[in-house]
Amino acid sequence: MEWQIIIAAVVKIVVFVFLTLLPLVAMSVWAERRVSAAIQDRVGPNRVGPFGLLQAVADGIKFLLKEDFTPKHVRKVYFWIAPALVMVPALLTCAVLPFGSQLFGEKMVIADLDVGPLFVFAIASLTVYGIVLAGWASNSKYSFLGGVRSTSQMISYEISLGLSIVPLLMIYGDLNLGRIVQYQAENGWALLPLWGEGLSVKGLLLAIPVFISFVVFTTSMFAETNRLPFDLPECETELVAGYHTEYSSMKFALFFLGEYAAMIIGSGLAVTLFLGGWSLPFGWLAPESINAEVPWWHGLIHIGVFFVKVIGFILFFIIVRWTLPRFRYDQLMRLGWVFFFEIALFNVILTALILWLV
Amino acid sequence: MAIIVDRPKLKWWEHLYLPALAQGMRVTLGHMIRSLRGKTKVTMQYPEEKWDDNLPEHYRGAPALVTDEHGRERCVGCQLCEFICPPRAITILPEEIPSDDKWAKVEKRPKKFDIDMIRCIYCGLCEEVCPEQAIYLRKDYAIVGTSRAEMVHDKEKLYEIGGVREGLVNKWNPLK
Repeated sequence: MEWQIIIAAVVKIVVFVFLTLLPLVAMSVWAERRVSAAIQDRVGPNRVGPFGLLQAVADGIKFLLKEDFTPKHVRKVYFWIAPALVMVPALLTCAVLPFGSQLFGEKMVIADLDVGPLFVFAIASLTVYGIVLAGWASNSKYSFLGGVRSTSQMISYEISLGLSIVPLLMIYGDLNLGRIVQYQAENGWALLPLWGEGLSVKGLLLAIPVFISFVVFTTSMFAETNRLPFDLPECETELVAGYHTEYSSMKFALFFLGEYAAMIIGSGLAVTLFLGGWSLPFGWLAPESINAEVPWWHGLIHIGVFFVKVIGFILFFIIVRWTLPRFRYDQLMRLGWVFFFEIALFNVILTALILWLV
Repeated sequence: MAIIVDRPKLKWWEHLYLPALAQGMRVTLGHMIRSLRGKTKVTMQYPEEKWDDNLPEHYRGAPALVTDEHGRERCVGCQLCEFICPPRAITILPEEIPSDDKWAKVEKRPKKFDIDMIRCIYCGLCEEVCPEQAIYLRKDYAIVGTSRAEMVHDKEKLYEIGGVREGLVNKWNPLK
């Protein structure tokens, strides 16, 4: 029995992380370049493989073959450890994401924790250490400024990120992401409560704070993953490349992949919390309960639905990146502390009032 | 005098930043959809799609020598092009035409005529200065070689590119 659990976990880790998530990271780099090209009336990478789909492979080979240069003036230990500290938390957080309902009686989540979102936030915060170490160990002013900016940015936005999902947890009354998705499958997605118990005065009223939460959560997620319009830690016009200025070859690639992995996990979390995770709209093919038997083809459809939603969210990330200009640093801090923090707090109270009165 | 430009008074919903976001998204998505549907096309897929059909009439490519309708080389070896060439890409070694030749009255012809295509800047001064209209800038633009020596076009190569030009070509064409 013990062996079976371990083997199932290993299979899930290999299939989900190494055969799905990492290729998805590579493909999102490709998608980023193609979409940005389409937005700017260009063509983008279209030479390697059909539609340039193998561009990611070529990039990977390039990163591996480049000279891995460690400058003389860096703190070697921290300089070497920093890229791993950025990449590893991003991959660790995917352990709690339910990427499907069930397949052959096995829950499609690597670790079915009862503290899902808390685990994600706890581990995702560790990314800051990687960036701080990279900025400090590089011993260069650009890296240092990038590291400082990134740290203060991530700490500021972590608060509104955490507070923005409190209303959701109040509505669900649960911290297990699997059960949260099951609840949404039965009673309407958080953002789209149009069936089940969601289709009531209370459900529709709750959609208002949920929408505010969604805006705050998504924006904070942008800031957390250091993407435009919040890419101040690495803005090339001011800081060359920010905290990874001194990095080359695979070490740089780790920062790069870490950013995209964080983006995918963030999308996965947003989809799970707000858009019903693996569930189809209007309760189609929804399992009776969390422990109910699910036919294998339903399970496959659920996995597909989850990834379609995540890919759609990633495309949204990409389009926003190529639409919005970068914030000024004081605007960024003002937005985080003066607006989002207050909005998120107010939102908690609003949700509590709706839950209490209606 | 300093001109004071008032900041525009924003409405409360403009302060929200979200309408501007939607506006920006409309612009970028519009571009994206248009280019995905193939409506905008600005990039030429170079090795498959060549410049050849798209070059303007007055395009200045590789300089080349031409022969006239009798098969006579037009160049008389006066070396004007060699002297005017700003980067000194042209090297000419003239020789006398032997008296038993059909074109003996022309007196001079180039024995060697080299254009170093690494040096050439495609300015077209050689074409403009030539009194015999013997050298022309053609539309060849992809001139490649794996060594410096390969990049020097000799007389044979120049005639191969140039070919035959018949009649008096309107040299002072305003487009030229």
